[in-house]
Amino acid sequence: MAKCVCVIAEFRNGNFRRVSFEVASEGKRVADALGLELYGVAVGSGVASKAAELGRYGVRKVLVRDDPALENYLAETHVPIVAEMVGRLDPAVILLPASVDGKDLGSRLGAKLRVALVQDVVQIVCEDGRVRAKWPIFAGKCFAWSEWLGGTLPVISCRPNVMSCREPDDSFAAEVENVDVPIPQARSHVKAIDYDTSGKVELSEAEIIISGGRGMKEASNYSMLEELAQLLGAAVGASRAAVDSGWRPHSDQVGQTGKVVNPDLYIAVGISGAIQHLAGMGSSKYIVAINRDPDAPIFSKADYGIVEDLFKFIPAFTEEVRKHKSTCS
Amino acid sequence: MNIVVLLKQTPDTESVIRIAGDGKSIVTDGLKWIINPYDEFALEAALRLKDKLKGKVSVVSYGPPRVVEALRTALAMGADDAVLIDDPVLKTADYLRVTKALTAAIKELNPDLIFTGSRAIDYDQGQRGAIVAENLDWPHLALAVAVDCDGSVVTIERPIEGGKVILESPLPALVTFGGAHAIWNPRYASLPGIMKAKKKPIAMKKVTDLGFDPANFEPETARIRITSLEKPAERKQGRIINGDLDVVGKAAELVRSLHEEAKVI
Ligand SMILES: Cc1cc2nc3c(=O)[nH]c(=O)nc-3n(C[C@H](O)[C@H](O)[C@H](O)COP(=O)(O)OP(=O)(O)OC[C@H]3O[C@@H](n4cnc5c(N)ncnc54)[C@H](O)[C@@H]3O)c2cc1C
Ligand SMILES: Nc1ncnc2c1ncn2[C@@H]1O[C@H](COP(=O)(O)O)[C@@H](O)[C@H]1O
Repeated sequence: MAKCVCVIAEFRNGNFRRVSFEVASEGKRVADALGLELYGVAVGSGVASKAAELGRYGVRKVLVRDDPALENYLAETHVPIVAEMVGRLDPAVILLPASVDGKDLGSRLGAKLRVALVQDVVQIVCEDGRVRAKWPIFAGKCFAWSEWLGGTLPVISCRPNVMSCREPDDSFAAEVENVDVPIPQARSHVKAIDYDTSGKVELSEAEIIISGGRGMKEASNYSMLEELAQLLGAAVGASRAAVDSGWRPHSDQVGQTGKVVNPDLYIAVGISGAIQHLAGMGSSKYIVAINRDPDAPIFSKADYGIVEDLFKFIPAFTEEVRKHKSTCS
Repeated sequence: MNIVVLLKQTPDTESVIRIAGDGKSIVTDGLKWIINPYDEFALEAALRLKDKLKGKVSVVSYGPPRVVEALRTALAMGADDAVLIDDPVLKTADYLRVTKALTAAIKELNPDLIFTGSRAIDYDQGQRGAIVAENLDWPHLALAVAVDCDGSVVTIERPIEGGKVILESPLPALVTFGGAHAIWNPRYASLPGIMKAKKKPIAMKKVTDLGFDPANFEPETARIRITSLEKPAERKQGRIINGDLDVVGKAAELVRSLHEEAKVI
């Protein structure tokens, strides 16, 4: 098979995750720059009937391994299967999502193939047929660029919400080929899987995030932020101070030892802007800070700052958003 | 029960990071160093498991001599012994090579469980743990926010986007740790702990001690390297919405700005 660029698409719960389309779009850019075709690899239960969708984002052909036993990601089963499929494609570059499962798969895949992976890449450059990748280090205080040596296959996981998605071309379907790779015997297993069905917007995927910090004073006051979040279709996050106080679950923590997010809009409410918090949200497109202390460091990062008592401002702001939404729709 | 914890020393989270003259590394003079927070979570989990099941906790690290300080802290927290791979030949080796050396050092300790951080907060690659598992051909369970083990099976909770997964594996197995301080609450080194730590062994190793030919780690064997570091673009100066507006006026102005200027609502 001729050399190609290969994307590993992430399939969960009967659908490709959106980040897979971002990665396919980026893969197409890389493939065009290198003068190669874009191929895909996908593993999951029910993936065969959906795989043609990847064509809309520029994937020409997808190798799939579809089996009910592959419903949930497990490193021990997915990695050897993907390794085998990738081997058949003999790609010049591999791209995959830097999602929770993607990062895990990429790590072990790289080690299995003895090739080097760079995680959480935000930019890929192709020059003279060579690939370079950039990713944030030291919690976004710096970026690193790396290059692959001696003809090694670059493996790149792409940070979600960063690479732009192509306009899907509905007239194009990818060719789908079922490959009959055996499912390895695994020692580990998925004992249970539990999806949040509350309809809550997932923090790492939200376009708008409203986070509350120590200034929120107590757990019950977050209902104020939840009401606002509902109006904006936003997710609610928190600072470590709020999580350590037991007001919010640890999964809501934004920052260096929490989630790294990059929404279009991040609203920090009663958060001082400690460096470890900024590490998690500093790359948001727009940042709003609401704090009664005009000297709070968060203001130096904010596009819009409001110096007010949050307990007065948030209700007023919620009301204005409500008015805005009713006139817009 | 033998548990090995992989520990990296990283700059303190408050550190100002400056790019060195070579353009591809950072200035380390004057930095304060800490145990990578996720490795501290892994260590705390290991120490709790040792309390429950008895046995031994060993910490293994690759890095320069300053890492001894981090290892002493780990020993003071309750780890039993430590290994530091400090070998200049690894300085130019890529991370796949470094992980090979780490794997060899771990093997000598014959663990039932290996605990690592889910990611090191310096170069933030989040992959060494899984690589060690692949090198050993062991199962691994990644990103634990809860862990339990009865001595023969290890179970973790793994958060995924929009949900959580419970994973289980027989031993031996490797677990990488995520979560936050609020979950793991890593213990502080007590004064008696610090005294005891002074007598606990730290083995210093070179790659030859681990059975490797140093030629295996020469720069030309590297598959990847960092070519340059760069600072992020400065954010453009923001604006405090005030003027003579009252609370409602500020709220209205913010809505207008977010809609008309930023176009995000
Ligand atoms: C190793 C390590 C890792 C860390 N990781 C993280 C992390 O992942 N995420 C994180 O967030 N932090 C992290 N931290 C903690 C960080 O240093 C700060 O302590 C924390 O971010 C502070 O949270 P805060 O801004 O909510 O609280 P504070 O710093 O106490 O700020 C509260 C703010 O609320 C304002 N306020 C109070 N009342 C009102 C009111 N009525 N109206 C308006 N404003 C009000 C105050 O003026 C103040 O600015 C970490 C620290 C360490 C050492
Ligand atoms: N130099 C090192 N020495 C020991 N353990 C390490 C080292 N580098 C990484 N690790 C382990 O691997 C985990 C993931 O690191 P990384 O892949 O660098 O993000 C860390 O949390 C550590 O447990």
